[in-house]
Amino acid sequence: MKVLKRKPELCIACHACESACSNTWFKEDNIEKSCIKIKEEEKGNVIVSCTQCGECISVCQVEAITRDKNGIVRINKKACVGCFMCVGFCPELAMFMNDEYIEPFKCVSCGQCVKQCPTGAIYIEEV
Amino acid sequence: MNIEKLKSAHKLLSEYKYELGKLEKGYTNRTLYINVSDNTIKEKSVTQLMKDKFIGGKGFGLYYLWNAVTPETKWNDPENEIVIGSGPIGGITQYPGAGKSLVCSLSPLTGMPMDSNVGGYFGPLLKFSGFDALELQGKADKDVIIFIDGNKGTITIEEAPEEAADSHVLGEQLTEMYAENEEDKRNISVVSAGSAANHAYMGLLNFTFYDVRRKQIRLKQAGRGGIGTVFRDKHIKALVVRFAGVKGNLNNPDDQGKINRTGIKLHKEIHDYDAQQCKMRQVGTANIIEVMDQYDLLPTHNYKFGSHLDTFKISSKVFTGMITQNTPDGCWYGCSLSCAKAVDHFELKTGPYKGQKVIVDGPEYENAAGLGSNCGIFDPHAVLELNFYCDTYAIDTISYGTTTAFVMECYENGIINKEITGGLELHFGNADASLEMLHQMSRGEGFGRLVGLGIRNLKRIFAEQYGADPVFLNDIGMEQKGLEFSEYMPKESLAQQGGYGLTNKGPQHDEAWLIFMDMVNNQIPTFEDKAEALHYFPMFRTWFGLNGLCKLPWNDIVPAGNKHTDEPAKIPEHVQNYVDIFNGVTGNNIDKEQLIVQSERVYNFQRIFNIRMGFGKRIHDAIPYRAMGPVTVEEYLSRAERYDGQLKELVGFNPEGKTTEEKIAAMRAYREDQYQKLTDAVYKRRGWTMDGVPTIEHLKSIGMDLPEVLEVVKKHL
Repeated sequence: MKVLKRKPELCIACHACESACSNTWFKEDNIEKSCIKIKEEEKGNVIVSCTQCGECISVCQVEAITRDKNGIVRINKKACVGCFMCVGFCPELAMFMNDEYIEPFKCVSCGQCVKQCPTGAIYIEEV
Repeated sequence: MNIEKLKSAHKLLSEYKYELGKLEKGYTNRTLYINVSDNTIKEKSVTQLMKDKFIGGKGFGLYYLWNAVTPETKWNDPENEIVIGSGPIGGITQYPGAGKSLVCSLSPLTGMPMDSNVGGYFGPLLKFSGFDALELQGKADKDVIIFIDGNKGTITIEEAPEEAADSHVLGEQLTEMYAENEEDKRNISVVSAGSAANHAYMGLLNFTFYDVRRKQIRLKQAGRGGIGTVFRDKHIKALVVRFAGVKGNLNNPDDQGKINRTGIKLHKEIHDYDAQQCKMRQVGTANIIEVMDQYDLLPTHNYKFGSHLDTFKISSKVFTGMITQNTPDGCWYGCSLSCAKAVDHFELKTGPYKGQKVIVDGPEYENAAGLGSNCGIFDPHAVLELNFYCDTYAIDTISYGTTTAFVMECYENGIINKEITGGLELHFGNADASLEMLHQMSRGEGFGRLVGLGIRNLKRIFAEQYGADPVFLNDIGMEQKGLEFSEYMPKESLAQQGGYGLTNKGPQHDEAWLIFMDMVNNQIPTFEDKAEALHYFPMFRTWFGLNGLCKLPWNDIVPAGNKHTDEPAKIPEHVQNYVDIFNGVTGNNIDKEQLIVQSERVYNFQRIFNIRMGFGKRIHDAIPYRAMGPVTVEEYLSRAERYDGQLKELVGFNPEGKTTEEKIAAMRAYREDQYQKLTDAVYKRRGWTMDGVPTIEHLKSIGMDLPEVLEVVKKHL
C-alpha cells in the first residue's frame, strides 16, 4: 500500500504541500482544508499526515471508515454521521474537520503534495 | 421468525399523513399527540412559552403532563399520559451523550410525575421525523403498535395481536418488520415493555438501537418509576420510529462549527484520559463496584452494610472478562465515552428462554449492586441472568433489587415465611429464589406478583395481613415517595441522604451524587455548604434532562487541569462546553448562571406538580432510618468502632457502659436531627418555605410564575 512518508528535518515550511492538497480536493487554496498540515514549532517543523494505521476504522460506530483494496483508509461520506470521533481519536491528529463540512477528511496518499515539495520532505512509499 | 405472518395479523386502526418538516436551531416546533382510546392523531405547535420556560425534554414532558391530568388523576386513568421527547441539543452527533430521550408519566409507584432518561435512538429519530415530543394518552381496547415513518410522513396505529411480549424478541421482530432491508435496520428504533410490566408496578420501557456490528438490537432502559407499567396499561405494545438519513447537521444548529469543535475537544479528552480515569470505554459503569466496596458504600444485605468479603466475585474485573465486545459502543451516534456494554452468547439457565444464547445489555453498576450485593448474591452469572430477564420482562433492576433485598430481610426476620412466599426461600444470597420470583412476576403469579408492587405496598400488606411491625418495616424498607432507593449506601454522608431524600421523584442519584465530595473529601463540611451543593448539583443535572443529554460525559471524564480549577467538582470546562453547545444549537446566548436558572424553573415546576398531586411537602422528603444510620444491633456492632467514635466526638455521648440499644438510640436522635437541619438549610437555599413549598417571590425571581403554578402554591403557603 502507498503511504505518505515524512522527513520533517527536510521541511522548510513553504506550505506548498498544503496548497496542493486543498486545491486537489477542495478546489481552493486554503490550508484549513488540507489533509496534510505543516506546524512550525520551536523545536522544528512538524508534518502531520495520515499513516494509514487504521485506528479510526474501529472507532467509527457506523462503519463509515474502511480500508480499500489498496490498503488506503477511506471515509464513506454517505454513511458518515459527522460525529468526528475519529478526529479526536486519531493518534497522528491527522483526521481533520472544517466548519464548512459535516464530514471529516483525511489523506488518501494521492501524492499530489509530494510533487510540489521542493526538498523531498514528503514522499510516497510502498509498504 | 415469521414476520409476514405477524404482520398479516395487524389491523389498521388509524392512519395520519403529515408534512415532513425541517428543524430549526434544535427544534421541530411541533409535537405529536396520539390518543389510543379513540385513535386520534394530531400535531401541536410548540409555543415560545414552552421553549422559554421548559426548554424541551422532560420540561416539555412535565408541561404536557400537567395539562393532561387533574389532582385526582391516577396512574391508570386514561388521561394519564406518557410523554417522550429529547430536547434541543438531542440528536447532535458531535458531543458525547446527546441522544437521550426523556419519558414522563404519573407513576404507579409514587402517584406523582416521574421522569426517566434513556438512551437508544427513539428520541432523536422522532425529532428528525418531525416532532420534538410525543404525547400518548388514552387506553386501547387491544394491544396496538404505533408506527411513525419519518421519511414518508405517515403515522399508523395498528392492532398487533401476535408479536412477542418480551422486549428482546419483540424489538427484533419489529425491527425486521418495519425496516425495508438489512441496511435500513439502523434507522429503526422500538420502544416496548415486557410481560412483567403487565403485572408489576415497576415496569420499564426498553428503547432499542440497532447495533450494526453485531447485527442485533440492543436495549436501553427508561427504568425508573413504572412507566412501562403505564404503557402496558394503555395496551400499547410498542412504538416504532423509522428515519433514514441521520447526518451531523439535522438539528440545523445556529453554529455547527462551534458544536463540532466542542465535540472534538471532548473526544480527544476521552481518547487521552478515559483509560486512566473511569475506564468507561473498557468497563462501563461497572468500574466502580470494588471502589464502592472499598469505601463501605456498596449496599449489601438490604443496605445493612457497605462492603462484603465476596465482592471480588462480582468485581469489574470479573465482568470485564465476560464482556465479549471487541470495540466500545455508545447508545447514540458520537458517544465516544461508550459506556454501553454487552455480554454476547450468554446461555440462560432458567426461565422461558432457558438454554438460549442471548445478548445481555450490561452489566451496569446498579445491576451488580442491586441484583447482586444488596441481595447477598455474589454470583456473576446469576447477576447477568437477572439483568437479562429484568430487561426483557421490563422490570426496573433498581426497584427489583432493592425490593428483593427488603423481602429477603423480612424473610430472614421471620416477618414472612415459606408459606407466604409460596415456597421461595428468600434468604440473602439465594439467586435461584430471586430468579424464580422474577419469572413469577412475568407470569403474574404467586409471591413474585406481590413483590412487583414495590416496597411501599409491601410494607402495608405485610403489616395488615401478616402482623408485621410497621415501624420496623418503615425503618428498613428503602423507599421514599414510593420509589426504591438506588444502589449507594448513604449512611455516612449526610449530603447524600439529602441527595436521595430532598428530590422531586424519589431516591435516585440523578439529582446529586455527593458522597465523595462530602464523606471522602470533606469539601462541604457545613450545612450551608451541603445546601449549596444540594442546590447547584440537582439544578445542573436537571438541565441534562431538558436538553436530551446524558450526565456521564460531564464528570465521568475530566480535563487534565481540572483539579487546579476553582471548583473541581463542577468540572468548569465541561460546564462551559454545555453552555457552548446549547448556544451553538439554539442561537441563544446563555451563560453558566442562566443555565442553572433554566433548570430551576422546571425543577420548581416539578416540585409544585408534586404538591398539586397531594405530595411534595416536607413530610414526603423524610427518608427511612436505614438510609441514615444503623437500625439493628447487628448493623451497629458491625461498625461499632466507627459509631462509638462518632458518639463521643460528634454527639457528646459517652458510649462506655451503655447497651447497644442505648447507643443506637443516641445515634439515631443525632442523625435524624442532622437531617432535619440539612432540610432547613436546603429549603432555604432553594427558595422554599420550611414546609418545602416554593415561595411566590422565588418563583417570580426565576420566571416560573405562571398563573396555574401560583394558583397551586397559594393554597399551601
